[in-house]
Amino acid sequence: MNWRSIRAIAVKDLREVRQNKAAWVPAVVIPLVFAVAMPLAFTLLPQLIPAEQVAGELGEMQELVARLPAAVQQVFVDKGLEQGFVIYTTAFLLAPMFLILPLMFSSIVGADSFVGERERKTMEALLYTPCSDRTLFAGKIVASVVPAILLSWVSYTIYIVVVNAASWPLFGRIWFPLAAWWPLMFWLTPAISLLGMSATVLISSRVRTFMEAYQLTGSLVVLVLLLVVGQLSGVLYLGVFSTFALGTLVWAVDAALIYVGVGTFQRTHLIAKI
Amino acid sequence: MGATVDAPQDSVIDVSNLHRTFGAIRAVDGLTFDIRPGEVFGLLGPNGAGKTTTVRLLNGILPPSGGFVRVLGMDPAQQGGQVRRKTGVLTENPTLYERLSARQNLTFYGTLSEIPEARLGGRVEEMLGFFGLDGRAGDRVETYSKGMKQRLALARALLHQPPLLFLDEPTSGLDPEAAQQVNALIEFLSHKGQTIVLCTHNLTEAERLCDRVAVMNAGRCLALGNPADISRRLWPGTWLDVVFWQAPSPAQLELARNFPAVEQVDLGPELLSVRLQSKEAIPTFVRQLVEAGASILSVNPRSHSLEEVYFAIQNNRQDGEA
Repeated sequence: MNWRSIRAIAVKDLREVRQNKAAWVPAVVIPLVFAVAMPLAFTLLPQLIPAEQVAGELGEMQELVARLPAAVQQVFVDKGLEQGFVIYTTAFLLAPMFLILPLMFSSIVGADSFVGERERKTMEALLYTPCSDRTLFAGKIVASVVPAILLSWVSYTIYIVVVNAASWPLFGRIWFPLAAWWPLMFWLTPAISLLGMSATVLISSRVRTFMEAYQLTGSLVVLVLLLVVGQLSGVLYLGVFSTFALGTLVWAVDAALIYVGVGTFQRTHLIAKI
Repeated sequence: MGATVDAPQDSVIDVSNLHRTFGAIRAVDGLTFDIRPGEVFGLLGPNGAGKTTTVRLLNGILPPSGGFVRVLGMDPAQQGGQVRRKTGVLTENPTLYERLSARQNLTFYGTLSEIPEARLGGRVEEMLGFFGLDGRAGDRVETYSKGMKQRLALARALLHQPPLLFLDEPTSGLDPEAAQQVNALIEFLSHKGQTIVLCTHNLTEAERLCDRVAVMNAGRCLALGNPADISRRLWPGTWLDVVFWQAPSPAQLELARNFPAVEQVDLGPELLSVRLQSKEAIPTFVRQLVEAGASILSVNPRSHSLEEVYFAIQNNRQDGEA
C-alpha cells in the first residue's frame, strides 16, 4: 500500500466533507451538546436547586444506583445526594452516549466518501489512477476513522475539564474520569469508529445516495441507545472489564466487516455501479 | 487469457480477439486491432458500441472474459497499476471534485499518479498555465464553465506525462467554441507525437484528428483502418466527376465508356461521373478526352467523408442482420 496516496485520499475526503454542511454540522453540534451542555446541566443543576426540592427524583436515582454492581456502588459511599447525582449522571449515564460521536462521525464521512464519491460521479477517475484497490480502501478508512477518533478524544478531554470544573464546588478535587472511562476512550471508541465506517462500506454497496447511506448508518445509533438502556436498567454496566470485553467484541465484528468490505471494494464491482 | 500471441514490438496497444461479457450481454465481442506509437486512433460507434468498455479493459479496470491484450507491453488484467501509471484517461464526464479547486484537484491526482513530491507543485502550476486555468486555479471547480472543466480534466489526464492517452468523448456536451479549443489541444498533442485513443461518435472530429479508426457496433469491430482505405474497401475504384463547358459529343462519350480502366459511367446534363479502377488512371483518361476535343471545366476525384463511410458500414451491418 502507498501511504502517500492513502494520506492524499484521506485529506481530499475530509476537504470535501468540510464543504458539505449536512455532514459536518452534526459533527460540531453534537460534541458541543455532549461535552459541554449536558455535563454543565447535570453538574450545575444540583448546585442550583436545593436537594429538598428534588428529593423524589434523587430517590429514584438512588434506586438506579442500587442496581449497579456492588463494587461500583463503592464510588457512591460517603457521597452526598448532590455528589451522587453528579457521579451517576456524568460518569455512568452519559458514558455510553459518548459512543454516538465516533459512530456518527465515521459513518457520515464514510457515507460521503464511499457513496458521495459515486453520487458525484468522481469515482471513475479515481479508478483510473495507479492506486491499488486496497490503497483506495485504506485511504477512505483513514479519512473516516482517524478524525472520528480524534474528535471523540477532543470531546472527552473537554468533557473531563467541564465536569471537573463545574463540579469543583461539590468535590473540591479532580475526581473524573473513573477507571472504566479509560477503556471506553482508548479501546471501545476506536472500535466503534471503525464499526461505523465498516458498516457504511457494506451499506454503500446497496444504496445510491449519500442521504440514503447517512440515514441507514444512523440506525446504528440504536446499538448505543441499547447500551444506555442496559446501563439504566442495570442489565449491562460499562465497567473496566465489560467495556474492554465489549470493545474486543466490536473489534472482532469490525474485522469481519472489513474483510467483507475489502472483497466488495474492487474496481470490477465499483465500475459496474457507475 | 492466451499468452501465445506475441505483441508486435512497435505496437503501443495490441488486442486480439478480445471479449468481455456481462451476463448474456457481449459488450466487447472479438475485437482485434493494434495501435502504433504517435498514432491518433479512433474508436467510433454509437452509444453502447463497446468503446468505453474497451477503454476500461485496456486500463485494467475490468478483466477481459477472453482474448489477448497488451498495453505498452503489459497485461492490464495482471499489471493494471503499472499500466495506469503510463496512461492518462479523460473520462466521458469530467469527474472532477467540484468542491475543490483546480489546484487541489491536480495536486490530488498527481499524488495518486505517484509524481514525486518535489516535482508535483511545479508540474501542477505548469499544467494550469498551459491549459489557461492559472487565473482561476484557486476557485472551486463548480464555478467553472463546461469548457474549463474539460480543459482541467485534460490537464489531469496529462499531468503525469503518460505515453498513452485515452480520450472518451472529449467534446461531448461542449459548445462549439469550447469543443474547438479541446480539438486544438488534441491536435497539438498529436503533432508532438502523443499516442491517443479517441472514443467518439463525432465523425467530423474523428475525420480531422484520427490517423486510423475502428468502427464498432455491439462490441464488434466492423471496419478498421485509415478512413480513406476503409472508403476504398467500401467503394472500390475511384469516382471521378468531370464537368463540361459544353456537353460532350457522342464520340467523346463513347471514348469515355470504352476507356480500359472505366468500370461504370453515369451521365448528367453537363456532368460525367465515371468509376475508374484506380486513381492512377485519371491523368490518361482526362488527356484522352481533351485530345478528343472535350471542353472540360473541372475534374474532381470524388472522396467519401468519414460520415458517409461510417453510415455505410453501420447500414451494411443492419442489412446483414436483416
